[in-house]
Amino acid sequence: MKWLFDFLFKSSIGRKVVMSLSGIFLMLFLIVHLLGNLQLFINDAGMQFNLYTYFMTHNPVIKTISYILYATILLHTIQGIFLAIENRKAKGQSYAVSSNVNKSFFAKYMIHLGVVIFIFLMIHMYQFWLQMKLGNLPMVNYPGKEHAYKDLYAPVLQVFKDLPFVIFYVISMLILAMHLYHGFQSAFQSLGLNHKKYNPLIQWIGILYSILIPFGFLIMPIYVYFIQR
Amino acid sequence: MNLKLKIWRQKSQNAKGAFETYQVNANEHMSFLEMLDVLNEQLIEEKKEPVAFDHDCREGICGACSMVINGRPHGPNKATTTCQLHMRFFKEGDEIVIEPFRARAFPVIKDLVVDRSAFDRIIQAGGYISVNTGQAQDGNAIPVNRDCASKSFDAAACIGCGACVAACPNGSAMLFTAAKVSHLGLLPQGKLEHTSRVRNMVKQMDEEGFGFCSNVGACEAECPKEISLENIARMNRAMIGAVLTSE
Ligand code: HEM
Ligand code: SF4
Ligand code: FES
Repeated sequence: MKWLFDFLFKSSIGRKVVMSLSGIFLMLFLIVHLLGNLQLFINDAGMQFNLYTYFMTHNPVIKTISYILYATILLHTIQGIFLAIENRKAKGQSYAVSSNVNKSFFAKYMIHLGVVIFIFLMIHMYQFWLQMKLGNLPMVNYPGKEHAYKDLYAPVLQVFKDLPFVIFYVISMLILAMHLYHGFQSAFQSLGLNHKKYNPLIQWIGILYSILIPFGFLIMPIYVYFIQR
Repeated sequence: MNLKLKIWRQKSQNAKGAFETYQVNANEHMSFLEMLDVLNEQLIEEKKEPVAFDHDCREGICGACSMVINGRPHGPNKATTTCQLHMRFFKEGDEIVIEPFRARAFPVIKDLVVDRSAFDRIIQAGGYISVNTGQAQDGNAIPVNRDCASKSFDAAACIGCGACVAACPNGSAMLFTAAKVSHLGLLPQGKLEHTSRVRNMVKQMDEEGFGFCSNVGACEAECPKEISLENIARMNRAMIGAVLTSE
């Protein structure tokens, strides 16, 4: 399998294929994650949400996928950082007068946007994921269920009522939107999928996706902060 | 028209360079290179070293005239080489900043001249078809699909000028290499070696120290021959296919 390793980690085109495929996997995950989180809006004091988080942390298939997900985040981040460093070296000296002629504005800032997203992810994992895994969450009982469930709903509501955190969350989602605005269509180009038959489709779905998904996430803390007080 | 020029001067590859300011009187019918000729005559008369810059055909087909004018390879006009840029696009009293192409794989040799032999080595790695020459064949002996012929022709318009590399924030040579891969690979004569050609040319491109493609699109915007990003996608496809299917 040396040929595959050489392609994915040494060839310029292969390394972008890794960015593309890992990016697409992460984008699919974001859809599932958003749909799950929408259960926060159900007016049942978090029952549906807590049953869902229990399922997500106990189902063996989901657990396997989540380990693949962690690996993918690391792969995308590490490969992205290496590409950015090598790209800077490949440019060498920069121009005294710079121009901004290009096709995709955010393309040049993918690494900066990505690093902010990574910092957000670390804080996010610490706040919610680590609490779920190791934290001392209160337990709740629901009628008709045999055992008690961890109440992740309570800490989520709590942080979403903290203004600095809400602002940080919203800004992070805007940054994510910019990353995806370029990333979505770029991922197809990296795989060689560029044809005038379907380019408009990629473009429009990309625009919709990069607006709707981050918007879906950022509406939650705003809803909790302003409406559900 | 009177112009103020800020030009990058550098004695040799390893010397430290710096900008020097000159005053020149040009007329609006001159090409940009003719304006530099006027400056150089002036410098020679003053017994100073003339500004070294690459040029050859002066009709937009050789790709020699590399320089970055006010931050843009070949200057402000779309689909125009420096030799085809005319002074009427500038105004009396303008200050014009002229720099060499910048990329690690294109080291400055002197003033505005950079070493673009990396492109030659990419071509040597696969930018050809292996057939025995001899009697010229009948032009219609090999049928060519019309769509492929015109796409191939569009890619063949690449003059190897390097503006794509100069414009790219990553110093990537993907547009140039993709133009060559497409130009040959779309024609029946070039199809035979398509797979090995892609692999060899990309490998050479990587070894020369060019950057990766972030799909910024600056190359396409600055290319004097308007080579399309579609070619890069075609090369990506071909490379993925080559890796998955070759023996
Ligand atoms: C949920 C999180 C993320 C998603 C959905 C995502 C998605 C994507 C997608 C689809 C691309 C386009 C790939 C291509 O051009 O082929 C991309 C590119 C990129 N991503 Fe991410 N990304 C995420 C997080 C991150 C993080 C945490 C970093 C950290 C450094 C990062 C760094 C980059 C870089 C540097 C590129 C551009 C690579 C290049 O074109 O040279 N991303 N991302
Ligand atoms: S692709 Fe365009 S910019 Fe690049 S070398 Fe060819 S003609 Fe010049
Ligand atoms: S000198 Fe030949 S293209 Fe400009």
